[in-house]
Amino acid sequence: MTAGSASEQRAPGAAPEPAGGEAQQQFGGGLTIQLVRVFAENRLAVVGLAIIVFAILFCWIGPLFYHTNQTDSQAALLHSIQNAAPSGAHPLGTDATGFDILGRIMYGGQISLEVGFAAAGIATLVGVLVGAVSGFFGGFVDTILMRFVDVLLSVPILYLLIVLAVIFSPSVEILILVIGFTAWLVPARLVRGETLSLRVREFVQAVRVMGGGGTRIVLRHIIPNTIGTIIVNATFQVADAILLLAALGFIGLGVPSPQTDWGSMLSNGVSYAFDGYWWEIYPTGIAIVLVVVAFNFVGDALRDAFEVRLQRR
Amino acid sequence: MTGYLVRRTAQAIVVVFGVVLLTFLLSKLIPGGYARAALGQRATPLAIAQFNHQHGYDLPIYQQFWNYVWGIVRHGDLGFSYKYNQTVRSLIATKIPKTLVLVGLSTIFALVIAVPLGILQVIRRNKPVDYALTGASFVGYSMPAFLLGQLLILWFAIDLHVFEFEAPQASSVAGILADPRGWILPVFSLSAITIAGFSRYMRSSMMETLTEDYIRTARAKGASPSRVLFRHALRNALIPIITLLGLTLPAIVGGAIITETVFNYPGMGLLTTNAATQNDLPLLIGTTFIAAVATVVGNLIADILYAVVDPRVRYD
Repeated sequence: MTAGSASEQRAPGAAPEPAGGEAQQQFGGGLTIQLVRVFAENRLAVVGLAIIVFAILFCWIGPLFYHTNQTDSQAALLHSIQNAAPSGAHPLGTDATGFDILGRIMYGGQISLEVGFAAAGIATLVGVLVGAVSGFFGGFVDTILMRFVDVLLSVPILYLLIVLAVIFSPSVEILILVIGFTAWLVPARLVRGETLSLRVREFVQAVRVMGGGGTRIVLRHIIPNTIGTIIVNATFQVADAILLLAALGFIGLGVPSPQTDWGSMLSNGVSYAFDGYWWEIYPTGIAIVLVVVAFNFVGDALRDAFEVRLQRR
Repeated sequence: MTGYLVRRTAQAIVVVFGVVLLTFLLSKLIPGGYARAALGQRATPLAIAQFNHQHGYDLPIYQQFWNYVWGIVRHGDLGFSYKYNQTVRSLIATKIPKTLVLVGLSTIFALVIAVPLGILQVIRRNKPVDYALTGASFVGYSMPAFLLGQLLILWFAIDLHVFEFEAPQASSVAGILADPRGWILPVFSLSAITIAGFSRYMRSSMMETLTEDYIRTARAKGASPSRVLFRHALRNALIPIITLLGLTLPAIVGGAIITETVFNYPGMGLLTTNAATQNDLPLLIGTTFIAAVATVVGNLIADILYAVVDPRVRYD
């Protein structure tokens, strides 16, 4: 087995769990298909995936057909009615500035989803690298990195986020970075755990015997083998990032106006909902709950799909 | 066991020291430092230099760090809030008991609700009740905490007039506890985040315990299903909940920020939100420090309890 071909086989598919040696033989090259099958068997997961795809289309393709002003508050204040109830012109009514709410859900959804995906991406990338390096090299490096993770994990994430958001005044980019760099701790721990058990396995020893260096082993052999854990965790990270952004929006540290995200829309709308303007919270609330639930469904199903024991049913 | 206690406590102390270092570094990240935060954007360079000299911020960084550590160790000095014109310590000290009450009540409430729910789901597994509760816990977990709190206010306080729309404003803990119409909604909305997680965990922990050999033995002896469930399975399934309590503590302490802000509950979380909106960085970093230390201590207690409760685990 040459190092290159081995990792090429593993990389695209889903790598077995540490204990999954025999399962790998059992399914051979059909692992990806197997994975898709287990995933598709789970109806909730398919529904979740459909919701996510729909939300993406709705937020990015929707505005191409449904033109509304979402950026010029001056014009919105002057030319439309504030807090208008749903009607033909505004299917979901307008908010306190006069922005059309249906259009605003699309516009705010773009930012919620963008921050969700980007922050999850950063968190996963940093977490995987730190975890793999820490677990593979062990010793002093591991002790230092893991104590660092312990310290950061002991600070409730919302506190850390608020401090960082106050220090670096928020913009979409800053929020992505801040959420991303506070959320990498869990993937780091997970990947470290798997690396600890992977690094003593035969194929890693084989690469070593053939002269493969540490960087090569980590990047081409260890990380591809933890891909299941990584993908599952990344899915949950997207959901969490959307909720964290919403929480920041509520405290007033969200994206600056006239930009918005679902969380900021909700926290602005709530005080008007107390006056009976229900359309300012329920549609947006349903949107955020649906999307977050969808990511959680997909994450759960992916976990089942990667779980080798369940595959052998 | 003693060895484990000593090692675990030493580890907690190391982490607390790390938190001290982290909060110190955070304060150094502020553009312009505390001087800008206290004196404003238009402060003259002279005023800033004077401020820095007066507070020792012109000393070498290791000296500053030493002063910070020594201040905390000697008299719990966490800095000075320029917005409230008070020490951070005295500001936080009056709020901590209230937040402890909120967090404590919510945790108890979450357990009281979640454990029976988890058991119910095991008894009725893969039946409509199980699916409905699983669905509900997904929604509970996926809803922004502030939205849930405000919907509760909208439904139960404004529409139905069952509860107050604001938390009790009494200055003493006893005064707060005396007003359940005020604290039920905040406690419920803070525990909602954890109820979802706890009951899901309880369900799977119980399922796993039911596959153990000693359960089969108990059944073979002729123990009734309910006796097996409650005497044999439940006790063992409850043990991991202790660890889970420790692990969810940061989420609860962090969630209290949102809940206290929604219900205007006069605790440390509301203080944090106010500090954030007023750019009061010394106070904000102070509450962050206290929240982190509380989490470390809570986790330490959870781990020690775990070692006491579960004799199967031996730490040598």
